[in-house]
Amino acid sequence: MTSASQTRMPAGGVTAPPAGLRPGARAASRRAETRRKWYEIIGLTTPAVLIYVLFVLVPMGFAFYYSLFRWRGVGPPTEYVGFRNYALAFQDPIFLDALRNNAIIVFGSLLIQGPVALGIALLLNRRFRGRSAFRLLVFVPYVLAEVTVGIMWKLILTDGGTLDALLRSVGLGGFVQAWLADLDVVIWTLLFVLTWKYVGFAIILLLAGLSNVPPELNEAAEIDGASWWQIQRHVTLPLLGPTIRIWMFLSMIGSLQVFDMVWVTSVPAVRSLGASATMATYMVDNGFFARLWGYGNAVAVILFVISFVAALLFQRFLLRRDIEGAITRKVK
Amino acid sequence: MAMKRRAGAVLALFVTSALLASACSGGGDDEKAAESELYKNPVTLTWWHNASQDGPGKTYWEKVAKDFSAAHPTVKIEIEAIETNQLQRTRLPAALLSNDPPDVFQAWGGGEMREQVEADYLKDITDQVKGEVADIGNAAEIWQVEGKQYGLPYRMGIEGIWYNKDMFAKAGITAPPTTFEELNAAVAKLKAINVVPIALGAGDKWPAAHWWYNFALRACSVDTLKKATKDRTFDDPCFVKAGQDLKAFIDTKPFQNNFIATPGQNDPTSANGLLANGKAAMELMGDWNRGTLDTVATDKAALGKFLGWFPVPAISGSAGDPKAALGGGDGFACSKNAPAECVEFLKYLVSPEVQKGYAATGTGLPVAKGAADGVTDPALKSILESTSSATYVQLWLDTAFGSTVGNAMNDAIVAIFAGNGTPEKVVSAMKAAASK
Repeated sequence: MTSASQTRMPAGGVTAPPAGLRPGARAASRRAETRRKWYEIIGLTTPAVLIYVLFVLVPMGFAFYYSLFRWRGVGPPTEYVGFRNYALAFQDPIFLDALRNNAIIVFGSLLIQGPVALGIALLLNRRFRGRSAFRLLVFVPYVLAEVTVGIMWKLILTDGGTLDALLRSVGLGGFVQAWLADLDVVIWTLLFVLTWKYVGFAIILLLAGLSNVPPELNEAAEIDGASWWQIQRHVTLPLLGPTIRIWMFLSMIGSLQVFDMVWVTSVPAVRSLGASATMATYMVDNGFFARLWGYGNAVAVILFVISFVAALLFQRFLLRRDIEGAITRKVK
Repeated sequence: MAMKRRAGAVLALFVTSALLASACSGGGDDEKAAESELYKNPVTLTWWHNASQDGPGKTYWEKVAKDFSAAHPTVKIEIEAIETNQLQRTRLPAALLSNDPPDVFQAWGGGEMREQVEADYLKDITDQVKGEVADIGNAAEIWQVEGKQYGLPYRMGIEGIWYNKDMFAKAGITAPPTTFEELNAAVAKLKAINVVPIALGAGDKWPAAHWWYNFALRACSVDTLKKATKDRTFDDPCFVKAGQDLKAFIDTKPFQNNFIATPGQNDPTSANGLLANGKAAMELMGDWNRGTLDTVATDKAALGKFLGWFPVPAISGSAGDPKAALGGGDGFACSKNAPAECVEFLKYLVSPEVQKGYAATGTGLPVAKGAADGVTDPALKSILESTSSATYVQLWLDTAFGSTVGNAMNDAIVAIFAGNGTPEKVVSAMKAAASK
């Protein structure tokens, strides 16, 4: 972006060299211009780059460095073990459980939130009385703090909690489960809570996308005799593609790194049995609570690599058209 | 243009000096006042403790710090109260690594302290606290490594079974069980009157794991346990036996339904809440339970009347010492480079007057002789008696073995409770963790 505005500036800018100067002077002024351009690039990006390097790249380097040690966080790391921690992680059935749970959350979120959000967004895009109120309501769960939502659902889903009481009062007592403690049920409970919280985000994104769909196209289709469903299917949906793909990308990365909600709602015992562990909770449980700092760093690196590769693949194959020109091609 | 260049230079200078400053702040401080210099120079002691919740514990430590400063005006004490998990798992390890640790901080003894000593983090206070150690007795051993004292406890107690006397009477149980056979009979009688015999907060893992610890204490000889603590070897068959005994006990279904989801304390739906509000007859828990039961009880007066305590029953014909008990405590240690005043403050913390005041807060049992007068609650009194008559107090096994083995052990024990673990897997998990 910076360079784009740079190249445009001389054309109408005050710094454009007056015509008819000696060739040498012109070259000199061009050099001065190039130099100034670089000063500006350096001046504007240095703070951001510095912060990025100090707080992102350097810690990442440290995490990788520490992950190569058998280190309990007492004294400096001295016992170099190579990639042993990585091997240990992939041999631990609980870590494999965590991986599986992350996969369930990634795909579950996409498959459930996507259609639900799309339906609600299309609905909320129509004009009706109280539309803004509905839009607001749908977005409330996403605005609430993660921990608040977690505690709320924990109280609702706890043994003999609100949900159980509700089910029993309507004669559905047979459906009562140990929602947060049954080893086979808990991951689906978590998926439900995460969906409840994040579907609002998908809806808002899609609504924003919908507002960019030119109404003329809908009108044209209508004049051609298309039904409301046909318009949505053949006009709106294709135009919504970029928004849907961006949402998928954000949802996927969020699901891979999910921590707070799981940490707050899940029972420590159930988590340690693998039933509700995710990679991030596994990392904290092992890094801090079992005090395996080297091992915890190895898990952090694995989590990073998985997210990074997933992000790259997604960008390469699904987001290619959407971000073309922004990062895939040099801006001239 | 020139100005921009200068700005860049200033920025670079700023960053470099910041890096330098952070690098330098580590060293120094080595030259501390000698013993004779005590209270000559003004010093500031930073004190990290875990009484982070508002209550008598927190206010009492504030008072203690103020009293100490009043008696020794050169000493200023800065308190930071940090929640236990945060303190133990992140803040303290990070502070100790950073070369800028607090002067006085919470120390739980056992495996963790051994590691801290090996990393040269702690001040050896053996010579200065001989009198205090003699007064505290055996409990002080937990804060020793290789015979040297590195910390002093202010709270210490053994665990046992807290029970509802009214329910016992109703079920026709005349005396608290002294053997596991009697405990099993009591469980059966309580079931007969439709009462949950034992409340268990397995959700938090450690309350469940403590049952295994007690079976291990009964199955293993004291020497085996001491050796296991020191060498991290768990080859003795008694550790498998502990799991087998536990499994047999779980199979009698003495606990409430869904105990895997039940938290241990702090909430009315916890195991504590079940006992405190008359929904279960027994709970295995440490000496601090008197205070935590109070916080979840809807009727504190009723709780005070029905609450009783008895030691964990013996298992006939087992290798372990039937009079041995599991216990643990809280203490404080001084960091390596803390000023000499730090040790004086530690001594003050375990002095009879401070300990008496601590006992009066009701947050735990004091360790100093003479402070026991402050204990009035009958249940706490029986714990004090049992503690002093115990032939051996084994520190909580997860603390004793250190967090890595402790965590793996607790997880594997919880798996037995959840129905997908085995006694052998507990031992193999402990061995695997020891090499991790």
